[in-house]
Amino acid sequence: MSKLSQFSRSLAIVKKDMLIFYLKGPVVIMGLLFPFFLFGAFLIGRDLSHAYLFVALIAMTAFFTSTAVGPTIIPWEARSKTFERLISSPISITTVLFGDMQASFYFGLIITSFISLTAIFLGIALNLLIFIPVVILALLTFSAMTILMSSYPPTDVPADVMMLSSLVKFTLLFISGIFVPLEKLPWYARAVSAISPLTYMVDALRYSVSMHGYFPLWLDLIAMLLFSLIFFFFGVVIHKRVLEKRFT
Amino acid sequence: MNIEIIKAEHLTKYYGDFLAVNDISFSVHKGEIFGFLGPNGAGKTTTIRMLTGILNPNSGRIEVFGMDMKKHKIEIRERTGIVPEMANPYIDLSAMRNLRLMGRLYGMKGREIEERSVELLKLFNLYEKKDTKVRGFSKGMKQRLSLAMAMLPDPELLFLDEPTSGLDVMSARLIKKIIREEQKKGKTIFMNTHNMQDANELCNRVAIINHGKLIAIDTPEKIKEIGAKSNVIEFSLSPFKFKEGIVDGRVEILGDKVKVYTAKVDETIKKIVNYAERENLKIVSLNVEKPSLEDVFMALVGEKNE
Repeated sequence: MSKLSQFSRSLAIVKKDMLIFYLKGPVVIMGLLFPFFLFGAFLIGRDLSHAYLFVALIAMTAFFTSTAVGPTIIPWEARSKTFERLISSPISITTVLFGDMQASFYFGLIITSFISLTAIFLGIALNLLIFIPVVILALLTFSAMTILMSSYPPTDVPADVMMLSSLVKFTLLFISGIFVPLEKLPWYARAVSAISPLTYMVDALRYSVSMHGYFPLWLDLIAMLLFSLIFFFFGVVIHKRVLEKRFT
Repeated sequence: MNIEIIKAEHLTKYYGDFLAVNDISFSVHKGEIFGFLGPNGAGKTTTIRMLTGILNPNSGRIEVFGMDMKKHKIEIRERTGIVPEMANPYIDLSAMRNLRLMGRLYGMKGREIEERSVELLKLFNLYEKKDTKVRGFSKGMKQRLSLAMAMLPDPELLFLDEPTSGLDVMSARLIKKIIREEQKKGKTIFMNTHNMQDANELCNRVAIINHGKLIAIDTPEKIKEIGAKSNVIEFSLSPFKFKEGIVDGRVEILGDKVKVYTAKVDETIKKIVNYAERENLKIVSLNVEKPSLEDVFMALVGEKNE
């Protein structure tokens, strides 16, 4: 079977995910309401530049929206007994996961695109040649991360995965230079922040609003690309390994 | 000539230390309905999951349409429709959307999906509910939709895991009728069931599995011959009264009826008649039958479903 045919079938999975999961309660809460309130809490009582606020807003929106859908899909499907039907159709596990990843990506893309319009109201001179590729690459990275998040444990309880993924997401959020710029962090905190893909998005976004960041822009882009490949690859490998456990 | 559609050789499957399927071999021929019978936990679903490529056997080999399952999983599935055990359609989607999803996953074209979906929804008496979310469907409706989803790409081979389990009479009858019609069209059907009546009515051949091991494989009538050494005498007395020990053989009391499994038909009937006369009881019914598939199944797998 050709790769093109598998890609076309992955789009059927995207459509299914959009129709079923985009409006699920946990997705709306974690993907839409939560980043809004978190940003509000970050904003209140601080005298920050519009550019700084815009970077934080876009990073939080992209991060939370693109990681809201993915982790819950497989546990949800396993619980509602639709997963076996899905994987017994003529598609590979990789195709199923690629479809789920795309569903996360498009959810993030729609919301982040809409929120990006705030740049106009805030009067920010945005370099779109940097901003658009950075946002797309970051959304891909975070969407791929959800494939890894949903791979283990092989549970059919969506809340279990939500809890674990929230733990990971909040940890990454606080070490990624959104609340405190990287250059103001102590050296050990900077070392920890280097393992977060969100760090590179935030840093690259700063280039799009002010033409300077902590790491070189090319490094930010390569790091995100590598993270997305690693997340998806290991996500698929683990999903394949634990597949049997979902039926026993 | 019998064309082998499924060929399973020495399949063995462990879950950790638990041996779920123990070195089973069989083949399924083109155009036949093959019933896979066994009590709960016997290894039926594990076998169907191996045959559909969801689980890999620890040892053994599976060929479907002459292709090795390990190497040609997707190609085999292109020609196969599957109704997994307990698998539901998506309850947040309408019946039509469920069918469209299945069509897309099988690489069908839009127009073809629409036409075939309408045809199947009508066949399964679901057309009026085509735009209703499956959430509101009864179990029978969900199962009918599930079978429609499996039949959408018009596959040559259907795997059905307990297709009529727990269904209302109308849904079960409709599903059985459609299974027969599919066979008439030359389709091959592999069916897991613990419903002996379904197996007896539908299957050309059956295999009986227990504790992961195949214990019999043949036509339903030939399997019944295994138990033909004994006959079943079923009788009812009025007012109902029956004493253990008045007849030889295995005795089952079922409501106001008694079933006796015995090789000595003449002697047993005389004993029953004498008992009725002695106790002044009316014989309401008395039938002598060969053992049913269920009787033989029970004799083979034992009374207790461990």
